[in-house]
Amino acid sequence: MCRIWFRMSQPSDSTGAKGGEQSAEGGSHVSVFLNTHTAALNPETKLFSAFTADTHTSKVYLAGRECLNEEGQTFVLPLVGKLKKQISADPTLCPEYPSSLGLAEFTKRATEFALGKNSLALMENRVFGIQTIGCTGAVRLGAELLKHWYNTRAAWCGPVYLSSPCDDSLASIFEAAGIQDIHYYFYWDAKQRDVCVEKLLADLEQAPEQSVVVLSASAHCPTGADLSEQHWALIIQLMMRRRLFPFILLPVQGLCCGDLQRDAWPVQHCASQGMELLCAQSFSHCFGLYGDGVGNLLCVLKQSSLLSAVQSQADRLVRALWARPSVGGARVVATVLSNPAYLTKWQEEVKHIVERCMLIRERLRERLRLLGSPGCWDHLIKQRGLYCCTGLNGQQVEFLSKRRHVYLLPNGCLNVSAINSSNLDYIAESIHLALTSAL
Amino acid sequence: IMSVFSEVPQAAPVAVFKLTQDFNNDQHPQKVNLGVGAYRTDEGRPWVLPVVKKVEKLIVHDDRLNHEYLPILGLPEFRSSASKIALGDDSPAIKEERVGAVQCLGGTGALKIGAEFLRRFYNGNNNTKTPVYVSAPTWENHNAVFANAGFEDVRPYKYWDAEKRGLDLNGFLGDLESCPAHSIFVLHACAHNPTGTDPTQEQWKKIAEVMMRRKLFVFFDSAYQGFASGSLEKDAWAVRYFVSMGFEMFCAQSFSKNFGLYNERVGNLTIVARDGDNLKRILSQMEKIVRTTWSNPPSQGARVVAITLNTPELFSEWSDNVKTMADRVLLMRAQLKAKLQALGTPGTWDHITQQIGMFSFTGLNSQQVEYMVKEKHIYLMASGRINMCGLTTKNIDYVAESIHEAVTKVQ
Repeated sequence: MCRIWFRMSQPSDSTGAKGGEQSAEGGSHVSVFLNTHTAALNPETKLFSAFTADTHTSKVYLAGRECLNEEGQTFVLPLVGKLKKQISADPTLCPEYPSSLGLAEFTKRATEFALGKNSLALMENRVFGIQTIGCTGAVRLGAELLKHWYNTRAAWCGPVYLSSPCDDSLASIFEAAGIQDIHYYFYWDAKQRDVCVEKLLADLEQAPEQSVVVLSASAHCPTGADLSEQHWALIIQLMMRRRLFPFILLPVQGLCCGDLQRDAWPVQHCASQGMELLCAQSFSHCFGLYGDGVGNLLCVLKQSSLLSAVQSQADRLVRALWARPSVGGARVVATVLSNPAYLTKWQEEVKHIVERCMLIRERLRERLRLLGSPGCWDHLIKQRGLYCCTGLNGQQVEFLSKRRHVYLLPNGCLNVSAINSSNLDYIAESIHLALTSAL
Repeated sequence: IMSVFSEVPQAAPVAVFKLTQDFNNDQHPQKVNLGVGAYRTDEGRPWVLPVVKKVEKLIVHDDRLNHEYLPILGLPEFRSSASKIALGDDSPAIKEERVGAVQCLGGTGALKIGAEFLRRFYNGNNNTKTPVYVSAPTWENHNAVFANAGFEDVRPYKYWDAEKRGLDLNGFLGDLESCPAHSIFVLHACAHNPTGTDPTQEQWKKIAEVMMRRKLFVFFDSAYQGFASGSLEKDAWAVRYFVSMGFEMFCAQSFSKNFGLYNERVGNLTIVARDGDNLKRILSQMEKIVRTTWSNPPSQGARVVAITLNTPELFSEWSDNVKTMADRVLLMRAQLKAKLQALGTPGTWDHITQQIGMFSFTGLNSQQVEYMVKEKHIYLMASGRINMCGLTTKNIDYVAESIHEAVTKVQ
């Protein structure tokens, strides 16, 4: 899901179109959409277009969303390929409409996956999961649920607090659901090249009670910099005191640290503290199922007596969004999660990806050290997951794309998996030049 | 501390799902489910189209397939072939390069994206007061999709004449003449759900004339192309006629029924714009809307459809598969009517064969329906709507006899 974009300004009118002019009367040859302006180009699209048009032989794109292998191809997990073949040959499977809540086996397993089998909330039957179209679908459904039901006396319009920076599409998803009041809390400290929890807490302290706070459980997009357990303890304390509602993103469980529990720990911890929460999960990256859009929206409630009602309202919202999800990818995930042998195999394959990413980080840091690049590069190996915030500024990033044909996102973040043995040297040299040339 | 959700009320269950649930819980050996909205074979089973099985195998064994996210607007070869199937290969609008499309999550997704776009950009900006007209009756989710997209005024247009058991054309035309200018009308391309009653070509022409003159917006819902008459061209006649009249319009297409891909959620929003420039601008805004809804659509179903539509032998096989389904429905219609006539069931039953597609409005009233459900364990909607696909050669006698009983015993 991650669109890696630093969001500085307040969310602007997402329509990009002006004024309330009536569509032209008169001749039926004038379009009713005359006043529909071209939407501002999606920054990611713009960047990729520039890359595509670039003819330089050493060009390299480090701003993509998929997890790539050593050959620069999207990582395909052998187990997933095998299971897809198996599933397609299964004569007992029916092409029926799935429930609007999704495949029951999938939501059960996905929810358990995030919360842990021994979760008290699960045992007390106050958790539900709804299969969604990827992480975007999960966030959208969560936003709709909050919009309609967070404050039952009136439609809720915020405030929602997002990390600065965050995935660029997050704000637009909330806006699309009708939640306009969006704020940002301090997260990434460019000077320290790390999370600054003091400033984060100060910002959340100012948030009005009942604000919703979007937090990343692990593999923060776009910085790769995550909160420690101590940080979480402080944040949760504050949130409980100030009655702030957590909406946790869990985009790549298993792919961040290679440890299922660790990657999901914040969700489990919030639940164990008795908090109500929403959690948007994606299985695109950790199962290589990008083309299947497999997501889950998990909801932990305080009382089991509320489960039926809240789930029924979420169900109603699903029916006006996409009616029902597609099943292919969910079947694969459910099959893996419900079979211990497959689960072990899957974890091995994922570990391979995690180790590769860690190795790339180490090797990049080492290269920069050998080149004598200025500054400290420890943050490269401190960060986890697919994304990495280099700390390069806008000018340096522009130098990289224009002069070295190495494409990072404007905020200096990049997708670590796009680096491999063929391009590592060139990339390291390029970063070194960006840091040392007079710009 | 109280839950933030402690005052959330239970949502009313969706009637058709409840019906299926009740059917599933019923132990009666002769029970029949005439509420389900999917195709069933004569054995009462769902049907994986042979061509679909073939293509799925090709896909799963294709090692060259890329596993990336699909573009936000969807698989290009799916979008273009899906629009072509609705508009026709030789569509002048396609030749004039003013037809575009957005791959969506089923027909619902296509309606959703179209509705979101219209709310933002049609009849001013964010004009949530623009009336949206849906037929009386219509598929009940139409209301929810447009309301949730922000439209405040979703209203019915006259459609079904319960007495005549046919189309209320005068009422329909009357609503078209008297509605506020620029109103949006959701039209069923064919096989109207739930009545099975479509306007004739002459009637469509009248409807189009008023809509053009009064500058009303045309939004077709096409969920049954091929499935209704067995002919893809015939079922697309209304859509193509409106295009030929020069309308700017949307058409939400579903491939759930005609490909049997219910669980892959394959839909397409076809956009017929005034010109290429308008189309470009419209698509750019559509992309923004999709980005905040599901971001990237699922690839499997779209691949199946694209490969099928773009490969002549497979296309031909698919057409045959579709005809197989349509023919079975037509056979059940003919047999049901014949049996009711043979039983001497009071009333006329011509509407059963005059109506088209999956559904039929039998004309049974709610007490008679209750009798059918409670006494005969035959499950149909309170409106009297039945899904013809629920009929098989094995249960048709029982159903016909039960209808006969309901009509003669219950007033």
